[in-house]
Amino acid sequence: MRAILPLCILVALLLVLPHAGPWFHAWMPTLSHPLYARTSFHALTFAHLGLVFAATLVATVLGLSLGIVATRPFGRSLLPTVRAVAVIGQTFPPVAVLAIAVPLLGFGAAPTFLALVLYGVLPVLGQTVAGLDAVPPAALHAADGMGYGRWRRLLEVELPLAAGPIMAGIRLSAIVSIGTATIGSAVGATTLGSPIVEGLVGNNPAYVIQGSLLVGALALSVDGLLGAFERYVRRL
Amino acid sequence: MTTDVRKAPFLPVAVLCCLGFAAVWLPFLHVAPNRLLSGVARSPHEIVLAVAWLAVAGLAWFIRSRTLAIACVSAMVVALPWLAGHDAGRLLDGAAPTSRVQTGAGFWTMWLAAGLLLLDRLRGLSLRWRAATWAAIALAVLSLAMGGAFGDIAIVREYRAQRGVFIDAFWTHVALSGTTLLLALAIGLPLGAWAWRAKRAGGVLLGVFSFLQTVPSLALFALLIGPFAWLARAWPALGALGFGGTGAAPAVFALVLYALLPVLRYTVTGLDAAPADARDAARGLGMSRWHVLARIQVPLGLPVLLSGLRIVAVQTVGLAAVASLIGAGGLGRFVFLGIGQGATDMVLLGTLAIIALAFAMDLLFQGLHALAEVRA
Repeated sequence: MRAILPLCILVALLLVLPHAGPWFHAWMPTLSHPLYARTSFHALTFAHLGLVFAATLVATVLGLSLGIVATRPFGRSLLPTVRAVAVIGQTFPPVAVLAIAVPLLGFGAAPTFLALVLYGVLPVLGQTVAGLDAVPPAALHAADGMGYGRWRRLLEVELPLAAGPIMAGIRLSAIVSIGTATIGSAVGATTLGSPIVEGLVGNNPAYVIQGSLLVGALALSVDGLLGAFERYVRRL
Repeated sequence: MTTDVRKAPFLPVAVLCCLGFAAVWLPFLHVAPNRLLSGVARSPHEIVLAVAWLAVAGLAWFIRSRTLAIACVSAMVVALPWLAGHDAGRLLDGAAPTSRVQTGAGFWTMWLAAGLLLLDRLRGLSLRWRAATWAAIALAVLSLAMGGAFGDIAIVREYRAQRGVFIDAFWTHVALSGTTLLLALAIGLPLGAWAWRAKRAGGVLLGVFSFLQTVPSLALFALLIGPFAWLARAWPALGALGFGGTGAAPAVFALVLYALLPVLRYTVTGLDAAPADARDAARGLGMSRWHVLARIQVPLGLPVLLSGLRIVAVQTVGLAAVASLIGAGGLGRFVFLGIGQGATDMVLLGTLAIIALAFAMDLLFQGLHALAEVRA
């Protein structure tokens, strides 16, 4: 339910905003360009979503595999180090990760992508480890007793039981990514943050409002959808 | 079984030494003609560093003495920045005065690997020994810095060139974060106590704030400019207090909104930390509600609240960096101004300061948490 209202607002904004120039002109008559026109709002929204989707996908694959390795018998000794990296990594602000990526990769979408991936791995990793650790020993013994091999036990018992927390990690990762991708427009990525940053620099409040409304609706929609999916997974 | 015991603790060493060994072939230093141009990669000590990493791995494999490993890795953590400073001085010998020597990806990766390795080897020792080791390392690096060992590295030069502005920005950042924390506590604690008592209304309140938490920080900051500009125009007295459209006021407002959710959540969890049976028993003994709160719930809930405040503080320091985009100042200004000018050293200086501040907040609240837990 929480997904439907923001999603409706997002669709309405995407339909209405391109034609809202006269309204913004009536509201702020002193502005010569009341409507952001450098890139269409649809293109910005798709670029933003694409960047976040690709980064979250890579972060999920990395975080999930690292989390699985660190909870296997052969990798157990890595667990404290993995935990330490996750805890220390969380104290790095997203802006800092973004700023470190720029000297390595230059301006544009590439440093933003790197920052999103690096930062997005941590929640997935943390939740994967927590989820796999919380699988009741009774379930593991039952699987062993039924003659399940290691792989089958992982795929058919442990991962399904840990799916709820893992999904929560993916959701958090995606939401943080949407926020960081917005700031990424300050280092040259084309996202929904671009109207905001250009509006702030060029003193154009109309651009700022257009970008903020869209990115806010987008974040709430994605959060609602992933939250609904998480509840569905937990109920299984 | 014995081979397993021998092998298991070696795996982190193997992984981290491989990381450090691989980083030998990343650029250790960059030599740039000035602070805006990008530099040429230089790695003057590839072989020495490669041998050092192999030696650490070999020592851990053949002589499994923890003390020796800790000594070696500690030496490495101190020696790496010293080596960078020393090489920077030699590379600058006879170069133009505007030249800069920046630490490269190789240095940072190796330093990180060495730090994590030390963290791994120190695990299992008592808190006193761990703290003593880290303190000794910090002291060694600090005394090297006092002795001017890092004076030729680009970030240090950037700091010297912009010392006044940097210190101002640093204190602005601390003030923004501190004000936010105090305000969030002043609002969040009573509100959290109310949410704890009125469970349903409290749930709605938490829902509203988690909704707000989802909105990207830049969007929330930017959206507040309009209302604050209007406030300043409608009540000029507020404008005189600094309530312009941009600046610190909307920044602190947005930061408090972000900080309130964790404060509320941890206040509720903290008040729940005392079991209902214990509260009932205390009431039965004739204690008043305030007595129960002061004698039982606060001491038991304080550690929970402090662990929450740790998250709030770290988050606030990071978000305050974004606030510089709406003119609130702080260390974020160094980052975004540096990005705009293409001055990598300036970006790194701001970034490292933000990370250090977040880390200091983390340590401070961890310490307070440990203290509260001992007293509880």
